[in-house]
Amino acid sequence: MLRISKRSLVVLLVAACVAVMPSLGFASNWPLNMTEGVTDVSREVYGLHMLIFYICCTIGVLVFGVMFYSMFAHRKSRGAKASNFHESIALELIWTILPAIILVAMAFPATKTLKNIYDTSNSEVDILVTGLQWKWKYEYLGEDVSFFSSLSTPRAQIDNEEEKGEFYLLEVDEPLVIPAGKKVRFLVTASDVIHSWWVPDLSVKRDAIPGYVNEAWTKVDEPGVFRGQCAELCGKDHGFMPIEVHVLAQEDYDAWLNEKREAARLISEASKQTLTFDQLYEQGEAVYIKNCAACHMENGAGVAGVFPAIAGSPIATGAVSDHLNRVINGGQGMPAFGEQLTPVESAAVITFQRNAFGNNMGDEIQPIDVVKYKQGE
Amino acid sequence: MAHGPAKGLTRWFFTTNHKDIGSMYLWFSFAMFFLGGIFALVIRAELFQPGLQIVKPEFFNQMTTMHGLVMVFGAVMPAFVGLANWMIPMMIGAPDMALPRMNNWSFWILPFAFTMMISTLFMEGGGPNFGWTFYAPLSTTYAPPTVTFFIFAVHIMGASSIMGAINIVATILNMRAPGMTLMKMPLFVWTWLITAYLLIAVMPVLAGVVTMMLMDIHFGTSFFDAAGGGDPVLFQHVFWFFGHPEVYIMILPAFGVVSAIIPTFARKPLFGYSSMVYATASIAFLSFIVWAHHMFTVGMPLFGELVFMYATMLIAVPTGVKVFNWVTTMYRGSMTFETPMLFSIAFVILFTIGGFSGLMLAIAPADFQYHDTYFVVAHFHYVLVPGAIFSITAAVYYWLPKWSGKMYDETLGKTHFWLAFIGLNVTFFPMHFSGLAGMPRRIPDYNPLWADWNMISSVGAFLFGAAQVLFLYIIIRTIVSGKKATDRVWEGSHGLEWTVASPAPYHTFSTPPEIK
Repeated sequence: MLRISKRSLVVLLVAACVAVMPSLGFASNWPLNMTEGVTDVSREVYGLHMLIFYICCTIGVLVFGVMFYSMFAHRKSRGAKASNFHESIALELIWTILPAIILVAMAFPATKTLKNIYDTSNSEVDILVTGLQWKWKYEYLGEDVSFFSSLSTPRAQIDNEEEKGEFYLLEVDEPLVIPAGKKVRFLVTASDVIHSWWVPDLSVKRDAIPGYVNEAWTKVDEPGVFRGQCAELCGKDHGFMPIEVHVLAQEDYDAWLNEKREAARLISEASKQTLTFDQLYEQGEAVYIKNCAACHMENGAGVAGVFPAIAGSPIATGAVSDHLNRVINGGQGMPAFGEQLTPVESAAVITFQRNAFGNNMGDEIQPIDVVKYKQGE
Repeated sequence: MAHGPAKGLTRWFFTTNHKDIGSMYLWFSFAMFFLGGIFALVIRAELFQPGLQIVKPEFFNQMTTMHGLVMVFGAVMPAFVGLANWMIPMMIGAPDMALPRMNNWSFWILPFAFTMMISTLFMEGGGPNFGWTFYAPLSTTYAPPTVTFFIFAVHIMGASSIMGAINIVATILNMRAPGMTLMKMPLFVWTWLITAYLLIAVMPVLAGVVTMMLMDIHFGTSFFDAAGGGDPVLFQHVFWFFGHPEVYIMILPAFGVVSAIIPTFARKPLFGYSSMVYATASIAFLSFIVWAHHMFTVGMPLFGELVFMYATMLIAVPTGVKVFNWVTTMYRGSMTFETPMLFSIAFVILFTIGGFSGLMLAIAPADFQYHDTYFVVAHFHYVLVPGAIFSITAAVYYWLPKWSGKMYDETLGKTHFWLAFIGLNVTFFPMHFSGLAGMPRRIPDYNPLWADWNMISSVGAFLFGAAQVLFLYIIIRTIVSGKKATDRVWEGSHGLEWTVASPAPYHTFSTPPEIK
């Protein structure tokens, strides 16, 4: 009787789930297993995962087999009489030693793979990966290229005002780009709290820790796009700092590097121009939404007790030099934006903050002011 | 001359009676279980669908943190201390705990600690939001101002646990009835003796780590601040030196409970009693040398990584011995399946599944893919919910007739079991899949790829929650209007606690019993 009630419950539950799901409009997909990934290391790791999984299954079948047999055959309702045996040194020895042997056998391939993962020598490309609340910074060592990479999923999708895309929360404005067929070494660190850089297809997960530089490496054979997420709780927007890696053929990679250098040159050109108040204000608003609103909120009101308001704040309504200092160097838990924003963006967002939300300071800051402030230090 | 309990509320405030204090621990723990469960349901409600619907990310983080803290320190640990208080003196033939006044104190500081910790949710800036593992510097430099209340609350909880543990050690070592040698003690007493030593060893370490946080936050030190020459990884080493034995603190007494229940309903003595004792001691020893398997991705040197991997794999050996012993106890027994037995059998099966995923997590290279995903969430819920929670539930059904003198309703008990069993598996089994498919833990929103598994988990969580409301109803109904229980209660029960009347008189074993 009990078995019937259990089965009917399970059926009911499954039926309920099946009935509910399509009505909520999700494509049904049931991912079950770890990805095999796209590198030799990731395939090795997948192999280890499956090996230990099958070992567990075998042991499980044996142990639960004996158990279910006893539950069926040795029940009082079937007239089973209890024996009284309660000790056997031989049995105890067997089930101590046998698992130990299995474990030693398992340790060999695991050790081999681990050694491989730790061998970061002879890299051809070196990239410094820095975790910040809540974005990633990539610096190509020796290439004079560096940039920030942050979530590009529109706010409206998160707030359920728009349909969610295929790469919802797994897409960024500026992806990391690496060449195919080359050993790429990642130097992983952080500038505020601990983050963790994880791309499942590469089987790379390394904690990004302030004060530490951790190493990891990968070598992807074919071009492609691979996605991951921050894996260590790092505060409010921990779930919103994805990783997107584009693997390009060598010549495309070189072309991309050149493009990046050219873009950097244009930015330094742009910081010499003078903009009108309206241009600054308009651009500043966009910069604010992207970089500041996560904490200080879109209406500038902040979050009581955690993130100060911009509206009426002593800094946004105080001396310009203090405001420049806070934006460029950070402080009181706020990250430094001096490197994340171009001089034009910094000037624009400061102008915006000083005139929006009823602050109405009436002043404007030009890109050249930002450059001068930075140089003056 | 025997005398009964005092009248009115003062009975509970000033009691030094182990049974009263045990009951208070158990009711407190039950209340915390519901509170922590509500926090979990907030999490599952938000994760029902992708997108942000119900709570904001900052509040979501407070919920994951509070759920963990309340369940670990508020629900599981006090429940086991409550069971220890009720059962240990009765199992060893002692009149009471060795240090009854301290017993009162170690309970009564707990409600204050939790009131303080939970009240931070209503303070400006919100409550702790850095996960129950509170990694620095997120919990120091970047923490909300309420972190100071959290630190003080943890100190009080730690003091309570240490006092409770000292009391248990003193009781077991000094107050056994004549003839109750160590190797004659019920396994529940043995597992608690070992657990108490673990508590005394590691709770001061927890106190140390939160004190270092306090210094960093308020007194200008830099233990965990890299900018001041400190080391954020040091935090993790110290925390997990506490944290890993802590998970055994939550499971060893469960082993003891199950080792009492399975022989009763198999009507056959526990198989391999002495190997059970040695296995428990081995697990306790190993728990001190495996802490860094929680930190495989922090960038330890290869050698360290290997040592911790091997040591961790070793734990499977004594744990396996225990499982094999339980199964062999059932083998060729004469089994019946009353509610405590159902929960105990589910314990053995599901805890073993949690052990399997634990073994997988021990493989360091594979752990790089599992670490901080829902696979880990599935793993530790499989060892903690069917492990700690199911064993506590089994213990309540098993001993409630002795405590209250009334029998619970078997049909209701079995209904509770099946609802909880199905709810648990529907909640946590899909997490293995979403985790392997790449879903990180502690995120309030996620890619639709994982949507279906999350929806199932959420449905299961609410079912599990409902099952616990039924549990509360069953307990109250039993106490109010249950049928009178016999002294023996169970056909196959053995042990001193079954030789006294049901309900157990206010004072038992004022003169020591005779041990055969």
